[in-house]
Amino acid sequence: MSRTWSELLGEPEEPAEAEEERRGFFSRLRESLGKSRRALVGELAAAAFDPGDDGAWERLEEALIAGDVGVCATAELVRRLEARVKILDLGEALAEEIAVLMDQQVTFDLSGRPSVILVVGVNGTGKTTTIGKLARVLHQHGRSVLVAAADTYRAAAEEQLQIWAERARADFVGGEKGGDPAAVAFDAIEAAMARGREIVIVDTAGRLHTQTNLMEELIKVRRVIAAKLEGAPHETLLVIDATTGQNGLQQARLFTEAVGVTGVVLTKLDGSAKGGVAVAIAYELGLPVKLIGLGEQLDDLRPFDPGDFAQALVRG
Amino acid sequence: MFDSLSDRLQGVLGDLRKRGTLDEEAISRAMREIRLALLEADVNFAVVKDFVAQVRERAHGQDVLKSLTPGQQVVKIVHEELTALMGAGASGLAFAGRAPTVILLAGLQGSGKTTAAAKLALFLRKEKRKAFLIAADLQRPAAIDQLEQLGEQIQIPVYTRRDSSDPVAVARAGIEECVRQGCDVAIVDTAGRLHVDEEMMAQLAAVKDAVKPHNVLLVLDAMTGQEAVTVAEAFADRVDFDGVVMTKLDGDARGGAALSVKAVTGKPIKFVSVGEKLDQLELFHPERMASRILGMGDVLSLIERAEQAVAVDEQAEMEERMLRGQFSFEDFLRTYKMMRKMGSLKGLLGMIPGLGSQLKDAEVDEKQLARVEAVVLSMTLEERRRPGTIDGKRRLRIAKGSGTTVQQVNQVLEMRRQMERMLKQMNTGKGPRLPGAGGTARPARRSSSARRKRRRR
Repeated sequence: MSRTWSELLGEPEEPAEAEEERRGFFSRLRESLGKSRRALVGELAAAAFDPGDDGAWERLEEALIAGDVGVCATAELVRRLEARVKILDLGEALAEEIAVLMDQQVTFDLSGRPSVILVVGVNGTGKTTTIGKLARVLHQHGRSVLVAAADTYRAAAEEQLQIWAERARADFVGGEKGGDPAAVAFDAIEAAMARGREIVIVDTAGRLHTQTNLMEELIKVRRVIAAKLEGAPHETLLVIDATTGQNGLQQARLFTEAVGVTGVVLTKLDGSAKGGVAVAIAYELGLPVKLIGLGEQLDDLRPFDPGDFAQALVRG
Repeated sequence: MFDSLSDRLQGVLGDLRKRGTLDEEAISRAMREIRLALLEADVNFAVVKDFVAQVRERAHGQDVLKSLTPGQQVVKIVHEELTALMGAGASGLAFAGRAPTVILLAGLQGSGKTTAAAKLALFLRKEKRKAFLIAADLQRPAAIDQLEQLGEQIQIPVYTRRDSSDPVAVARAGIEECVRQGCDVAIVDTAGRLHVDEEMMAQLAAVKDAVKPHNVLLVLDAMTGQEAVTVAEAFADRVDFDGVVMTKLDGDARGGAALSVKAVTGKPIKFVSVGEKLDQLELFHPERMASRILGMGDVLSLIERAEQAVAVDEQAEMEERMLRGQFSFEDFLRTYKMMRKMGSLKGLLGMIPGLGSQLKDAEVDEKQLARVEAVVLSMTLEERRRPGTIDGKRRLRIAKGSGTTVQQVNQVLEMRRQMERMLKQMNTGKGPRLPGAGGTARPARRSSSARRKRRRR
């Protein structure tokens, strides 16, 4: 069940090392999610759960809603729990059901030469920071990385990415401010091919999924990438802030329609937000979470593990 | 995916005429719908509970029981209660008797503080104040560059110190510089921080102590979920903010966080940010926010945007022609261009009450609009004014001229006809009907009365 970077990247690994990485990470995730005053079922679990008590079910619903799981996914989880003959431990049962809802075969396609990872999302979710950390991890795993600043809109976005690129020891390709982001992506892939870099990560400007013109621009970026290199982009990651409520569903829906998102990166899980909207996204759209962000440090980006996530969400 | 609350309540309470009385069970079902609507809008669940209890009490009142449209009555109550709750204690910025007035911005990472700082500066300049920006976010890479570039765009001075890592010292020095340059409002941008990060929260409190702000504003993303309450409480505890700047309201987030924060901390929303452009910061209107949370559309904003997009005399002229039932292709194209100026078609239509819920099925093809323009521009003036003259031969010519097909030209002709019909219906106070969406939209009442109000001015 455990997911480590090596596993996600399809590398052979030392089991002991992986176990250590996993344990350390699990306790941190737990610690992070536990910062919230209310553990999801903390209060519920204290008293024995009585399936005959309507109030108990209502409190359970409230706990899930409070975690931003949303009305639909909450109803589904409650339905699944109700279908169980006997519930010995409510927290355990709930965690199991959440893990089932979220458990999808997660792959990370780096088969291309180079592989292109396109990173998209609304404003302020942490795209640039995520890219910095991802570039660093990939570098640590021996991959050569080039990052492309196709956010030509936001003031100083390029400078921000450049600083991250230096920290991660990745190559950097920028563009003119106000220039065509598709051209930056094109140049970046060309540069990566010429220099023999293995992975290109393309940063894009934050845009609300409702802004038609900006979404058109993003579609063009994707089209140019696909035309430049067959099979690209190999991964299209949607970055979602864990603090986001039910609007996260709309984000996932519309970005997927526009550019075919392959996975979600759930950031800022180091706050008290539990990121329950990811459960809703997985349930309603079948879109897997691939990575999670736990803080501002370079190694705070991790592969997503549904079992760990569900435990942390439920147990606090 | 969101049915508007009024549609759902009508479903639950609408058959009252058959039954004759509004029983406890019907009210309970209605309250459940309200609860779900608010939860889907990200209002905190505890706030929802209190709020629904309050509404339930009023729903037992005579005005609901006697009403033939109890659904509408209950929506009205919910809307009134929301407006009252969010509007209570609202006030603008506080200004110091002796300059400079200091505004401190705080919030989570990515909530939009830096952009909000620049927008606020521009807003203040329109109020004839001299704003001054201080870049005290020393955490995020290139945050200083960002504020500097924004300041340059709007010609507002920005204080930066690249050699320092102490935001307290930078903020203090910035205010001295603000005084030296003769500016009267200093806006301090700070680093984004998590409310659970003890060290960073202490630092923020230290900045506050050092600069003694007249206004502390919490910058909050409209998309924030249930955690809005926890975040707001933590910031209220440490820096006792005075009000909220709600950002990213140009998206489709329902913004229930606005209600949660007000209910829990008692702090009012002061400003809302409604677009990427730096002049898109507005004062908060509780009534509009209530409509938005309920998915009832936002007619007032729609009208305001339309007014900005169309010259006044042009409006009157167009309205007059429409009343006479003449809707030429020139009007059609003007309407179309106006829509382009105002934003996406789907977003616009969503603002019309009663249309929001129909729209989920109606596909709005944005690309089609570009084709439409080409088709209309390929018509002669005569054809544009008298669409009846466009026969088969002319259609072929128009298709060739615009690089489209005859079928597409036909589509445009049909679109004009439908739009004309729709506008006539709006003018007669019947709800508009979207092709393919089924059913006439009911509550056009608000829209037409709002329009009438405008017309009288």
